[in-house]
Amino acid sequence: MTTTTPLRRTPLYDLHVAAGAKIVDFAGWQMPVQYAGLIEEHRAVRTAAGLFDVCHMGEVRVAGPGAEAFLQRLTPNDVAKLAIGRAHYSALLTPEGTFIDDLLVYRLGAAEFMLVVNAANAAGDLAWILAQPHPDCEVTDLSDETALLAIQGPRALAIVASLAASDPGALKAYGFAHGEVAGVPALISRTGYTGEDGFELYVAPAAAPGLWERLMAAGKEHGLVPAGLGARDTLRLEAGMALYGHEIDRTITPFEAGLDWVVKLDKGEFLGRETLQRQKAEGISRRLVGFEVSGRGIARQGHLFRHDGAEVGAVTSGTFSPTLERALGMGYLPVGLAAPGTEIVIDVRGRELPARVVPLPFYRRAR
Amino acid sequence: MYPKEYRYTRDHEWVKVEDDICVVGVTDFAQQELGEVVYVEVPEPGQVFNAHDEIGTIESVKAVAEIFTPVAGEIVEANERLKDDPELINDDPHGDGWLVKVKFSSASDLDDLMDADAYEEYVAKGKE
Repeated sequence: MTTTTPLRRTPLYDLHVAAGAKIVDFAGWQMPVQYAGLIEEHRAVRTAAGLFDVCHMGEVRVAGPGAEAFLQRLTPNDVAKLAIGRAHYSALLTPEGTFIDDLLVYRLGAAEFMLVVNAANAAGDLAWILAQPHPDCEVTDLSDETALLAIQGPRALAIVASLAASDPGALKAYGFAHGEVAGVPALISRTGYTGEDGFELYVAPAAAPGLWERLMAAGKEHGLVPAGLGARDTLRLEAGMALYGHEIDRTITPFEAGLDWVVKLDKGEFLGRETLQRQKAEGISRRLVGFEVSGRGIARQGHLFRHDGAEVGAVTSGTFSPTLERALGMGYLPVGLAAPGTEIVIDVRGRELPARVVPLPFYRRAR
Repeated sequence: MYPKEYRYTRDHEWVKVEDDICVVGVTDFAQQELGEVVYVEVPEPGQVFNAHDEIGTIESVKAVAEIFTPVAGEIVEANERLKDDPELINDDPHGDGWLVKVKFSSASDLDDLMDADAYEEYVAKGKE
């Protein structure tokens, strides 16, 4: 480390260390990357349940009579259509229509919202949001007073239900409600980043360790395991979900990233709209694809795609998929080479690894 | 933890000398750092390398590690079992998870290596 900024710890840090987690530096935080083993944790989430510490995520409250109008201008998804008790996926875009961050917008009330942003971008996002004119609304950073636990997997509902005061099964996907879990006041949200059913529980930091322990105890008979950032990454990748700094960043637009559904061009003015309207009319030149490696080896971020000897793009994420038991990944290719079935090669440390474009996501849970 | 009769490198590899052959593997510390191994790329027998050349790679879900040969010489055998059972490196790094056997050309290449005690200390220092 060359920086002198002290690394931050979540309220659950001591529990992770006691559980034998391997701790890594991530976005300025000391986070558990794995406990018993990444593959085991990954499979537990697909077949039973996993518990994640995601306290490092940033939370921003936007409230006041002007809140809806402000968020309509700030983000590309249609906040006017977002009902109280619902969340949606959206983004912060530059005027050029590229990603400053991706985020969730929660509608807490008619004039009250919560934005949940990536840890690595939290400070920058807040500065960006505050720098935009935001008449008749207040922007407050809630990150320090908000802990976040994610419980994900087919058994997550049964586990949360066993501790909740009201039925969490009544929530639809992307729905949320204020309630109590193990006696802890929580915003219970049926959301996640794994491709599985599950919940994200927003609670006070002081209550987080107790809630973690109660969930682990109640989840034991369901096969619940603590899961680290390593499994979180392989799970989201199998589910074809973008990660900031990989699939999306300040050079990429939502159309290129295959996130067209996030952009509501006809909802009125918003940051990036003009550029995106133009891009919609003219078409994109590159797009995000999924690929499967045919040979032995793993393509990783930064490795280059070649086609007929020419460099045509780069891998944004790549891993060994514990569910499909093969190497796969995502990356950007010219639209002419983006069709599923297209054969490409990936330069992996000077060696040419054959790969094939496949549809996204790699994994979709049975419903 | 670390077999006394082995020698160790700063790249967290171990070497077991059997006459003019070196068996090379990665240490328990290395496999723990890597996590679950999913692919191993080792050289074909007959290939000749200089000491410290990269001769292959070990890939886990999260990371990739290069394999270096601590000694100059010819590869006489590669661990074929790793193709189908790469997790041998996690399960038995100092035994069944061995990587290659090298017929070494200069015994002096072994002089730079650490003994088990020195390696243990080296690992402990790195963790601080």
